[in-house]
Amino acid sequence: MKAIDCGRRAAPEPSAPRGLVFDIKRYAIHDGPGIRTTIYLKGCPLECAWCHNPEGQLGVPEIIFWTGRCIQCGACLEVCPEDGDLDAAHCRRCGRCVQICPAGAREMAGRWMGVREVMAEIGQDRVFYDSSAGGVTFSGGEPLQQPEFLAALLRACQEEEIHTAVDTCGFAAPSAFDQVSPDTDLFLYDLKLMDDAAHRHYTGVSNRLILENLRRLAHRGAAVTVRVPVIPGISDDAGNLDAIGRFVASLGAVNQVDLLPYHRMAADKYGRLHRKYRIPATEPPSTERMEQLAEGLRQWGIAVTIGG
Amino acid sequence: MNARVTRLREQSLRAVPSISAERALLLTDFYAQVDRLLSIPVQRALAFQHILQSKAICINDGELIVGERGPAPKATPTYPEICCHTAEDLDILNTREKTPFHVSSDVRRQYEDRVIPFWQRQTMRERIFELMTCEWKAAYETGVFTEFMEQRAPGHTVLDDKIYRRGMLDLIGDIQAARDGLDFLQDPAAYEKQEQLKAMTMAADALICFANRHAEKARELGAREPDPQRKAELDRIARVCSHVPAHAPRDFWESLQMYWFVHLGVIIELNPWDAFNPGRLDQHLYPFYQQGLADGTLTREQATELLQCFWIKFNNHPAPSKVGVTAQESGTYTDFATINTGGLRPDGADGVNEVTYLILDVIEEMRLLQPGSNLQLSKKNPDRFLKRAARIIRTGFGQPSIFNADVVVQQLIRQGKSVEDARNGGTSGCIETGAFGKENYNLTGYFNLPKVLELALNNGLDPRTGLRVGPPTGEASSFGSYAAVWDAFVRQLCFLIDTKVRGNNIIERLYATYLPVPFLSLLIDDCTRNGLDYHAGGARYNTTYIQGVGLGTITDSLTAIRYHVFDHGTITMAHLLQALAGDFRDNEPLRQLLLHRTPKYGNDEAYPDAVMQEVFEAYYQAIHGRPNTKGGHYEINWLPTTVHIYFGSVTGALPDGRRGGEPLSEGVSPVQGADRNGPTAVIKSVAKMDHVRTGGTLLNQKLTPQLLSDEVGIDRLAQLVRSYFKLDGHHIQFNVVDAATLRAAQREPDKYRDLIVRVAGYSDYFCDLGETLQNEIISRTEHPVI
Repeated sequence: MKAIDCGRRAAPEPSAPRGLVFDIKRYAIHDGPGIRTTIYLKGCPLECAWCHNPEGQLGVPEIIFWTGRCIQCGACLEVCPEDGDLDAAHCRRCGRCVQICPAGAREMAGRWMGVREVMAEIGQDRVFYDSSAGGVTFSGGEPLQQPEFLAALLRACQEEEIHTAVDTCGFAAPSAFDQVSPDTDLFLYDLKLMDDAAHRHYTGVSNRLILENLRRLAHRGAAVTVRVPVIPGISDDAGNLDAIGRFVASLGAVNQVDLLPYHRMAADKYGRLHRKYRIPATEPPSTERMEQLAEGLRQWGIAVTIGG
Repeated sequence: MNARVTRLREQSLRAVPSISAERALLLTDFYAQVDRLLSIPVQRALAFQHILQSKAICINDGELIVGERGPAPKATPTYPEICCHTAEDLDILNTREKTPFHVSSDVRRQYEDRVIPFWQRQTMRERIFELMTCEWKAAYETGVFTEFMEQRAPGHTVLDDKIYRRGMLDLIGDIQAARDGLDFLQDPAAYEKQEQLKAMTMAADALICFANRHAEKARELGAREPDPQRKAELDRIARVCSHVPAHAPRDFWESLQMYWFVHLGVIIELNPWDAFNPGRLDQHLYPFYQQGLADGTLTREQATELLQCFWIKFNNHPAPSKVGVTAQESGTYTDFATINTGGLRPDGADGVNEVTYLILDVIEEMRLLQPGSNLQLSKKNPDRFLKRAARIIRTGFGQPSIFNADVVVQQLIRQGKSVEDARNGGTSGCIETGAFGKENYNLTGYFNLPKVLELALNNGLDPRTGLRVGPPTGEASSFGSYAAVWDAFVRQLCFLIDTKVRGNNIIERLYATYLPVPFLSLLIDDCTRNGLDYHAGGARYNTTYIQGVGLGTITDSLTAIRYHVFDHGTITMAHLLQALAGDFRDNEPLRQLLLHRTPKYGNDEAYPDAVMQEVFEAYYQAIHGRPNTKGGHYEINWLPTTVHIYFGSVTGALPDGRRGGEPLSEGVSPVQGADRNGPTAVIKSVAKMDHVRTGGTLLNQKLTPQLLSDEVGIDRLAQLVRSYFKLDGHHIQFNVVDAATLRAAQREPDKYRDLIVRVAGYSDYFCDLGETLQNEIISRTEHPVI
């Protein structure tokens, strides 16, 4: 058996920017209106304790190991230039093990793609966008980490008359927002913690730039839905929610908040990346708790949805 | 539901399916004394008459719609003229784990004393097997195809609106006119036509007599009834049964009873596949519903109660008992009667009306295995209709399934039907397209496409039995190109289809000659006008099908050969053949490569989907347009019922990584677990097939309940369906369950007896399914919330 390259090769696109994409999911029904395709761009300035896409954090391709799929045939060890030391610290991310693995147990998260290539994938589900007033959502990681690529994709979608949404943590240069705003129909904008010290502790960065960017977007009348991950013991206290309510109410134009209940479905992903999950003991919030928090926010005159 | 319906539903659910010897004994009595100089149609009509005149009349306590095929609910008659169960068959039926039928010692004795000695070596089944060629038998025995007519009669048909306008006496008048028009000077077939028409009159009379016996019985029970309310109901039943089916119905109640008598007539005369179906029930009932509301004789609640009582009658009638391969290909109690809703009116307008919604309410509330239910969804139907159905689907009940009414019209017109007949048409059985009340669309057997590849890779020999089944098409190890593999596959395919068609042409004539159905012929245009039996080409349209099975498996298998052996050179043909011969023992890395590192159908990828299109084209070319014996032609469709399990059990390891014995893919769905890009990708792949050039395809999609937990989920499901239909997809059905629930049901079946799941074209009780199928349902790809 020889190694195979299952990746599809697109024609080179010399002039267009390229970007690092780690996943493309179709029939996304909770990332904006209608039936959508979500494009996940790799690389994020934050490192949230609860992140459910840890494979999207690093701005380089990396190897995921699905232990359950491994049949222990040893093919990966034979081709490894590090003599089979597959530990993350030594891995050069050359991808030979990915190519040889017959079971698909080793997967490369992150693929450099051209605009045309991504647009071809987006175009696949056109009939579903048309039937549902859906479209495309760019998520991550943090899509604004790759502003040139994102802007080019958004422009291409607008030319195709496909609705666009950008799912962002808000931590990006204001100039990046300037670049992408004209072609973004909807921002899905995360607000996590209003207390700056807590924000630094749990995400690794200050929230000041995030709040400022949101103010600017609101000021220029962009369509924004604020999304709040509700992480028990971290972001679910009444004080935080109240501060978010006050802040959103002060923005005027922004009037929609989605409360996203914490889930544990990503916990296994950390092991596959040889990383540690920081909040293994956290339980998902109860439906009653979610309702209670939503009700609190509604006091600020905000429309609140639980889930996306 | 009210107390009456609750009680009747409980009774129906609790009734144990059993074998009744009643019909077999009456038929035996009749044929023991029959005047053999009578023409065969007249003999059949007299036999029908004898049964309806003599069988027990059953009016169950509290019922409003009356009549049973056997002496009691789920007491299931047999049809020894087609297939006479042996004593051993009866023991198997009595004791088998799945879909058993209770056989009492009385029934067993009656069978041994009277039925078996009389019918042994006189049955259609034996005649069929005697007349088939060696090639046919080799293919049948090795599981290349199955034979639908070896235990059940051709049926696969549906009624139009005629019985709501015309009673049996009116039909007898039509027959008389046809007889008057016979030309004994110019028409050499005038005598045969006269005998057929005579038989049809007798059959119509027999049904009137049967109804009158119910009227008498109701009067008799009424006379003894202490409860005044029930007494009044029995009096009403007596009046209804005295009026229909002799005359056209006058109100909602009589309409339902009219249909039910006709239904019973069809399933007592013979045991046709798919029982019988009322067709556009919502449209047929609507005028009676409107009229009843207008003149104050009917309320919405009464209409609902009558519909619910009608539903229970279907559930009281399990499919006639099947044995052998036929039991494996259709291992279920459901007899495939299905209720259509929506669609178009004959003038092309939106067919949804108030009764449509009433019926959907009944479906949701009754939650019964039978009748099945479906939407005939046109682009002209409102979203409210589709979303109402989606909210039923969400409950995990597996019904209703959804059909593309606009594509069904296109299919029918392409096949040569008039526009009106096409709009009046729809689907029945699992997914079969037909012109209601005007067509004999007969399914003749499932065809195992992956097995054909297995034969092509083994030079025409079946590796499991060593039998020669197909022609020698060369040693696979010498195939130097994908074209050579494909060529061998197509040559095997054409030979085996020829073999099947040759058999069909004999079997169709056997039924036409020896087992005509004068009663069914009354109901389907233009049997009366043509003076010809339903089995002999009397219907306006006559279509014969061979149902393709394993599309996903064959596509992925051919794709794997093309991709790895010839396009990428990852493996050699010799290595692959050796691994297949050894069922992948000591070749697990290769099997993993085939499973996980190979393009698969169902992911909206051009490479495998192009192979699917080639397979479709080859199957279409091999079958489509061939003449049948009834003046019609062959068409193709794609459905498996439960045969993909049986076919899988007789098919060895395949190049898609499937081990020998495992199930094949079902319908046009991807191989179980091979679709990894979500439902939109599945739909896109499947829609690359030209559904318009089929007579039906089956797509099964399993969804987790979370996907439908809120109104957003309902909207998206509706949009998903609309999108598939925009792409000309024929049918989609959703299984909304979670794997944990199903595993729990496997462990503790008694706690989950009401759990109905959709399996390949119909719904069934999960606990009644075999373990393999249960496991397959559990392992099917789920599409969780992203």
